[in-house]
Amino acid sequence: MENYTLKINGESHQVTAEEDMPLLWALRDLLGMKGTKFGCGQALCGACTVLVGGEAMRSCSLPVSAVGDQEVVTIEGLSAKGDHPLQSAWIEHVVPQCGYCQSGQIMNAAALLQRNPNPSDQEIESVMAGNLCRCGTYNRIKEAIKTASSKL
Amino acid sequence: MRPTFPFFKPKEETDSSKIFKPSRRDFLKLSALASGGVFLGISFQCSGPKGEDVIFAPNAYLSIDKDNLITIIAHRSEMGTGIRTSLPMIIADELGADWSKVKIVQADGDEDKYGDQNTDGSYSVRMFYEPMRKAGATARHMLLMAASQKWKVAMDECYAENGMVHHPGSEKSINFGELISDVQKMEIPRSEDVILKPFGDYKLIGKDIPIYDVKDIATGKAVFGADVDLDNMKIAVVSRSPVVGGKVISVNDSAALAVNGVEKIVKIEGAGLPAGLDKPLEGIAVIATNTWAAIKGRNALEIEWDLGENQGYDSVAQLKDMLESTKESGKVRRERGEIEEAVKSTSRTIERTYELPYYAHATIEPPAAVAHFTNGKCEVWAPTQHPQWARGAVASALGIEVADVTMHVTLLGGGFGRKSKPDFVVEAAILSKEMGSPVRVQWTREDDLHHDFYHALSAQRIKASLDGSKNLVAWNHHTVFPAIGATSNPAEVHPSDGELGLGCVDFPYDVPNIRIETHESKAHTRIGWLRSVSNIHHSYAINCMMDEVAEARGVDPINHALELLGEDRNLSFKEELDGDFSNYGESIEEYPWETGRMKAVIQRVAQEAGWGQNLGGNKAMGFACQKSFLTYVACIVVVEKGGDGKIKVSDVHYAVDCGIAVNTDRIRSQFEGGAQFAHGLATSSAITFKNGKVEQHNFDSYQIARMPEAPKRIHVYIVDSMEKPTGVGEPPVPPYAPALANAVYKLTGKRQYKLPFKI
Repeated sequence: MENYTLKINGESHQVTAEEDMPLLWALRDLLGMKGTKFGCGQALCGACTVLVGGEAMRSCSLPVSAVGDQEVVTIEGLSAKGDHPLQSAWIEHVVPQCGYCQSGQIMNAAALLQRNPNPSDQEIESVMAGNLCRCGTYNRIKEAIKTASSKL
Repeated sequence: MRPTFPFFKPKEETDSSKIFKPSRRDFLKLSALASGGVFLGISFQCSGPKGEDVIFAPNAYLSIDKDNLITIIAHRSEMGTGIRTSLPMIIADELGADWSKVKIVQADGDEDKYGDQNTDGSYSVRMFYEPMRKAGATARHMLLMAASQKWKVAMDECYAENGMVHHPGSEKSINFGELISDVQKMEIPRSEDVILKPFGDYKLIGKDIPIYDVKDIATGKAVFGADVDLDNMKIAVVSRSPVVGGKVISVNDSAALAVNGVEKIVKIEGAGLPAGLDKPLEGIAVIATNTWAAIKGRNALEIEWDLGENQGYDSVAQLKDMLESTKESGKVRRERGEIEEAVKSTSRTIERTYELPYYAHATIEPPAAVAHFTNGKCEVWAPTQHPQWARGAVASALGIEVADVTMHVTLLGGGFGRKSKPDFVVEAAILSKEMGSPVRVQWTREDDLHHDFYHALSAQRIKASLDGSKNLVAWNHHTVFPAIGATSNPAEVHPSDGELGLGCVDFPYDVPNIRIETHESKAHTRIGWLRSVSNIHHSYAINCMMDEVAEARGVDPINHALELLGEDRNLSFKEELDGDFSNYGESIEEYPWETGRMKAVIQRVAQEAGWGQNLGGNKAMGFACQKSFLTYVACIVVVEKGGDGKIKVSDVHYAVDCGIAVNTDRIRSQFEGGAQFAHGLATSSAITFKNGKVEQHNFDSYQIARMPEAPKRIHVYIVDSMEKPTGVGEPPVPPYAPALANAVYKLTGKRQYKLPFKI
């Protein structure tokens, strides 16, 4: 077991964990931050997506020991009041159905818009290809990303 | 508790009259729902010390407090259909509540109090539209009466809106909350004295109403099964028999116990064979302080299994045998005319076979549940579609009374039928009892794909015969697939009447000679129900075949379907069936099969999609229609070949007649999502077994639709209707795959007889 100091959503958090514990379980089990979801454990579905050093990362496959001093942003820290342009657009388009994959979708989209505030349809599709939604909300996700993009 | 098909429950079992008889016992139970000691009264004798704390609750679904806070109970499970919004908004609309201020509270599993809570079979709105209206209207009636007595005006001069009662003549208004002490003295009106609002007065029903949880979801606050956290909670991950029916011979758990954080290894006694629908599989649970330790511990287990009689099972071989069997005569399930005579004089018979694989539900939230067993009682939090069944199954597994199990329902991260089954909930309960602390059982994706209750694999053969004038005169449909019932009863080797009623024996076309036959097959795994159930394979085969028949006749497929549906009339299949016609649990008299309504959705979708227009060489349209779960759906899929030669679905057009449309936005969203769900079934998903074990392990080998290949635009046309409302969760799925296949044929000239097919 090792001690790690994680910078999450602008705050420092101490965790004691095995070095191979994925960031996902440190967030969920050790820190009680349940907004980041477990879907596949193999970086195949995107439900666990968080920002690490500004990049979208699959937290289920990122060992806590590899995070270092990079800033981690989870759905809980995307905006103080839940009014990030993506969150507002998600609400405006009533994107979610069951909602389980949506934290990961929003975080992946956040990384996309940080890199490219005005993505084309094709770029959205290709960047979001790794985020699965079994309910099939893809078209509303795309529309919401475009709405958010127009407000950046 | 009900062990088998959820959607064939006779309606009388949900007796709305009992829902509206509040009792002292209900009051006591309801009060447990209130937080912070708030007094939640349902009986009108139950006032607070000075009357000021009283809450008006004329039935189990609704309460209003003195501060005008309206709380509505959502008693059906939310798995993405929007039902947690759509039923409460019916109550709120009838009541005249301020919807923006309504609080929704999820009910625990309690059939006595809430009636049926089995969220399955697309029947929540169908079954509860009227009771919910009554629930709201009863409260409104009492509030109007109280206000009119207070103001000494006629009750029918008052109306309720935005949480207030108004009397326009005197310009008086009063909050519902201020009437609470008055209504508590009143008798609940007789049901027949309560007048429902005319449809035109609704402000929520028939409109686009956003889901209640949208902000919580967008901010990560929504609570799903695995998000429940209790003090001293342990996490369990289970190694289950890789073959259904397998038993543990021996375990070496020393490596697992050596994993930091692992605390205990517990054997879960499995049902063996038959596996049943409500029991866990045999397995070894690793219980740890965190999920990662439990996963590592589970991976370190060395288990010797007696894999049992399914260890040689090969699904490819079974499907081949099933298909072969359809060449022979089977058990006749529907007979019309004299098919043997008729085919003698036909000029052409088209004979085609259709093969569909097993499908897994693959909810993005894998099964997970939390249980806390203490002092002979068990409190459970679970993402369950069927809280009552789960409650009963937990009680039975623990050997305690049902009343000693409290079943809290979280949000479900997808359901599609998987989370009807309580096996994972039972696991959590057993392990909590063994551990003496709260336990969350967490399934991994591999667990989910390996140990599902799968949609059955199927083989079908259809022979369609034309006479010399190219009329379709004979339809002979063979279908074979392991029955859901076989999971509990191996003697059930033919599809049940209920499964055949899902798109097979309810073949609606006016063909003079019809024979529908089934063949024997066995269940070698756990068979369950997946969104639209047997409609998936039946609709695929029938709609693909109809497209071929239309082509052979030289008739446009839309005109062909309209012609064969015939005159507007009500169909009854009973007299031609060897068995019962389930009609989704409703009487055929009350919910007839109306050819006119099907024709109307076909005409609507053709018109909206521009069917028949010249699309050029790189685009094509395909058509299919399917009534399922009492909802009429017609679908046109438009495929397009891109510059790179790849075929994509550019547009999907759905026309739907689901009777009264309650929440139009959620109807559209179900169709949007249903198309994506079905796109995966059609083009990429399949479960196969080799040596009794599932060959797919995660989303690399079990593919579902992803955004780049997902249908681009999905248009939903909702028919204006005042017919009784019917469900929309499942009906989008059945017509999509055949409409896609028919479109692909138009574009490429290649028919698709096996799912999934690559496009």
